Amino acid sequence: MQERALSLLSGDEAVAMAAFDAEVTLGTGYPGTPSTEILETFEALGGHAQWSPNEKVALEVAIGVAFAGKRAIVTMKHVGLNVAADPLFTVASIRLDGALIVVSADDPGMASSQNEQDNRRYALAAAVPMLEPSDSQEAYEFTLRAIEISERWHTPVLLRLTTRVCHSKSIVRRGTVTIPPPGPAHFEHDLASRVMLPPNARPAHVRLRKTLADMAAWNDVSGPNEQIAGSSSLGIITSGVSFQHVREVAPDASVLKLGMTYPLPVELMRKFAAGVQRCIVVEEGEPYLVEGARAAGIAVEGKPEMYRFGELNTARVRRILEGDTTPEPKRVPGKAPSFCPGCPHRSSYQALKNLDCIVPGDIGCYSMGSFPPFEAMDTLVCMGAAIGVGLGLRHTLPPEQAKRVVSVIGDSTFVHSGITGLVEMVYNPPPTGHVVLILDNGITAMTGMQEHPGTGRNLTHAKTGKVVFEDLARTLGVPNVHVIDPTLDLEKFQALIQSCLDKPELSVVIARRDCLLATRAIRDYERCNEQQAD
Amino acid sequence: MSSKPTNVVIAGLGGQGVLKASDILADVVFGAGLDVKKSELHGMSQRGGSVSSDVRFGERVFSPMVPQGEADFLVVIAEDQVPVNIASLRQGGVLIEPSQIDESSLPNKRSVNVALLGILSRHLQFPVEAWTVAIKRNLAEKLHEANLLAFSLGRGND
Repeated sequence: MQERALSLLSGDEAVAMAAFDAEVTLGTGYPGTPSTEILETFEALGGHAQWSPNEKVALEVAIGVAFAGKRAIVTMKHVGLNVAADPLFTVASIRLDGALIVVSADDPGMASSQNEQDNRRYALAAAVPMLEPSDSQEAYEFTLRAIEISERWHTPVLLRLTTRVCHSKSIVRRGTVTIPPPGPAHFEHDLASRVMLPPNARPAHVRLRKTLADMAAWNDVSGPNEQIAGSSSLGIITSGVSFQHVREVAPDASVLKLGMTYPLPVELMRKFAAGVQRCIVVEEGEPYLVEGARAAGIAVEGKPEMYRFGELNTARVRRILEGDTTPEPKRVPGKAPSFCPGCPHRSSYQALKNLDCIVPGDIGCYSMGSFPPFEAMDTLVCMGAAIGVGLGLRHTLPPEQAKRVVSVIGDSTFVHSGITGLVEMVYNPPPTGHVVLILDNGITAMTGMQEHPGTGRNLTHAKTGKVVFEDLARTLGVPNVHVIDPTLDLEKFQALIQSCLDKPELSVVIARRDCLLATRAIRDYERCNEQQAD
Repeated sequence: MSSKPTNVVIAGLGGQGVLKASDILADVVFGAGLDVKKSELHGMSQRGGSVSSDVRFGERVFSPMVPQGEADFLVVIAEDQVPVNIASLRQGGVLIEPSQIDESSLPNKRSVNVALLGILSRHLQFPVEAWTVAIKRNLAEKLHEANLLAFSLGRGND
């Protein structure tokens, strides 16, 4: 990145630059499209960033940083916030000394996700203030403002991005917002504010609501919202990237662009709506702003139901403004992605297909095992679900079918949330036993080759502690643990799976072969780390 | 809006350098002092699936996505991706595809993306030096020579 006032940055890069400029002490997260580049860029700029095993742990580490009076940013994709929801809902009412920015990168249209959840609902449900940038400049500025808000009200702030903010590049002017440097790291005992047992949590909840009311009043007057004067016949309330579509499609309309969308600046919205003949809310995803406005008694028009699904664009915004609900033109489907030639997952799925297995699967490149020609992965729910779902199937199906169930999970996903599944397997073994197949390609391939605790290298690819899956499985008490390269001898690999299926016992098979796309990089990292050790 | 932005869609398959080509184009435009936005979907792109990237530039650009049927230029790196993307091109828009270059004279087959940028460059008002700088800035040094040659091949003689 160039050291000049203007640069062409993605939203992710802009968030990272702001975090760096704000002297954020630590960035944590788990890779997930479209959020992954934030921590990678933050580290490249000179910040300290770490991949955590999953988003819950990442948020907890970040909370610790904020308890110590410093600034933390934690990044994840929208579904990652489900994993981190437990700490999020409670830290909302805890008084923080430093700053805590939770970045949720949502994926409307599901370019690379298993669902289309709109995490603005999380701000409302967890009572966490939320900012929504509409381009890279705002991604930069709102990250800094989020830190200001976090420190002023001693609360976490949700920075809600979407794919078209994260992965679009636009021009960023650096230094447009400056905030005071962080204070020194310190810790003072304050059990009443931080120990969320009922006697403390009850007043904390009351305090949280007072803080939110205070923030809402501030947001009405001084929040990062913008009004564009225009025609009095049409007023549009919008936020995020939808604002950009709106400005292009309706250059003459009055626009109220909301930057802080929780708590909503309802008085500002009321005044705006009262000043125009027709007030319509244009938002991507769920009818979040519409419902907020209507709950406050503001009469606004929303979008037709069909525009709840998928991304918005200028054509769809035009249709929303025109109330057009006729079928939309269909896009020609593109070529689906597939396993690389020589990908080790090919061998694994060939064996599962040959054995006619029932395969609860998981999230990663290997999800493509559900595509032709294999069509050998039967379920996909969420990160880590392969093992639990497989056990449920084993407990329920008649024995001849139960004996064919194999849970398939990748290495990074196994660390993320498969380990507890393995504990469940040991604790509640099905009568037919079970087989867990860990497809260990030595990297988090799907999101672009990130490290994880099973690689023994940290985010910077430097050597660190390594979780050895076979040792872990044996320690947990799994009687049959095998490590095999599935690409060397397909028949042998298949025979091994078959022998595990034949036993009413628990088995973990680790199919270990580095991702082809990462092989050279992994070799270089390892060589570099060896030289450092010498 | 004062003037309509110029819309370019670059499309192809994962691994063909679609995003790299759009990075180079956006860099050239940015260097010229115009407003520019670039947008694409990542995630599955490395696995050989369809990929496309939108670059918009002009005095002021709002939406980062090229509206369907409004691309002034459609650059397609894989011939079989033309039908998938053709709807993005406006009436009278320019289609740029591999058949317009002599691939056998490319020093490196993987430089088709940059060769097609060479063709695109003939239609745009940016000096050749700006393209050279952007190509160098966005590619590893060992790839400079092959890609500058590919660009010249596409651009032809000035």
